[in-house]
Amino acid sequence: MSEERFVSRGFVGRRRAGEKKDRIPLGQYLTNDFPVLSAGPTPYTPLDKWTFAIDGLVKEKVSWTWQEFLKLPMQKYVVDISCVTKWTHLDMQWEGVSLDTLLEHVELDRKAAFVTAYSDGGYTTNMPLADVVNGQSFIALKYDDKPLAPEHGGPARMVVPHLYFWKSAKWIRGIHLMEKDKPGFWESAGYHNRADPWKEQRYWND
Amino acid sequence: MKPTLNWQLASVTNIKPETAKVKSFTLTLDSWTRHRAGQHYDLRLTAEDGYQTQRSYSIASEPEREGEIDITVERINDGEVSTYLHDALIPGDRIEARGPIGGYFVWEAGLLPAPLLLIAGGSGIVPLMSMLRHRAVVRAKNATALLYSSRNFEEIVYYDELEKIQSANNGLRIFHTLTRSQPADWKGYARRIDEEMLKEVASPLGSAVQVYICGPTLMVESAANALIKIGIDSNQIRTERFGPTGG
Repeated sequence: MSEERFVSRGFVGRRRAGEKKDRIPLGQYLTNDFPVLSAGPTPYTPLDKWTFAIDGLVKEKVSWTWQEFLKLPMQKYVVDISCVTKWTHLDMQWEGVSLDTLLEHVELDRKAAFVTAYSDGGYTTNMPLADVVNGQSFIALKYDDKPLAPEHGGPARMVVPHLYFWKSAKWIRGIHLMEKDKPGFWESAGYHNRADPWKEQRYWND
Repeated sequence: MKPTLNWQLASVTNIKPETAKVKSFTLTLDSWTRHRAGQHYDLRLTAEDGYQTQRSYSIASEPEREGEIDITVERINDGEVSTYLHDALIPGDRIEARGPIGGYFVWEAGLLPAPLLLIAGGSGIVPLMSMLRHRAVVRAKNATALLYSSRNFEEIVYYDELEKIQSANNGLRIFHTLTRSQPADWKGYARRIDEEMLKEVASPLGSAVQVYICGPTLMVESAANALIKIGIDSNQIRTERFGPTGG
């Protein structure tokens, strides 16, 4: 479709006025719902068995219990989220712990350049370390002032607002630091490795 | 080798009403790639001024059909794309499409398929229908059950074809449940999918059953949770959910 742009006969569509329009990436539509998409059943890990770890290329692995994790400094976040299934939800309100705060508890091996977020149920997703530090990601425990519901990834979900939402691993249990990149669950199944919605990186080679 | 998914102009060659709110669209593709049952296509609409929007739709047809696919779409009242597809599109129109997409919610019969349990809610039947059509075409005989929840009889998509596939006697059993209203002589289930219903449907399939669930979030959550309760390993359950939006 490079030279002559195709127009869908009779399609008008819905325009977004003003500032909102600039916050919706190409191919996305605005929603006020919070749709649920997961590849398998929702896991239910009892909180007394829950831990969160940072491991891999760190001098000493660190792990928190649920009670310990609750004592970490929490921040409020208001962010726009885009899901590869085409919905965009503006101003989603979360509360959680910045990944920067968590990384302060470990000494990173200087070779560490990529992370895999891993979850209950076996889900994984990979990102460059540079995409999750400096205020770019957090581990959310609350959504809309309420504890995060299990179907939305509760008790704890990683949130990486500037990437498509599958990078925001539900039911997260840890971050594994690596020297080399390793495709995760959807990244191995046809979805883009980086997943920047503003570049419309939905699928392989996008 | 990672395949590139390019946009292409598909031709709409047939439109078939399935129910009052559901239609199937046949798209003929110049650059056709065989899909796997359960995969989807993205459709893109472009207005005169360049405004674009996209949606994903599950493929309903079997992978063995060459050069074209069927998608089956429910008309969402305030939907931006489904209303266009239902109300404006006519055979002969063209539409931008790319696919097939999705590498997890897929089923291939293979040589010795395991017992299969398909659970559908509403238009969640669509990717499962691709699996059933695939299974019928390759004449697989593995023990298979479809549990299909609809609000009422008129909203069951593919009813006649499902009856026909079942009557071929190839190991498929179909169970309907109607959650809102039932015809006077209704012999199927008449309630939301629950643990007891799943026990009845799933137990003849054994514990090695492969499960695919597609439907609204609440239905998928409750069905998946109930299956785990009755002893099916979560690794054997694949899900695809859709919320109230998506249209």
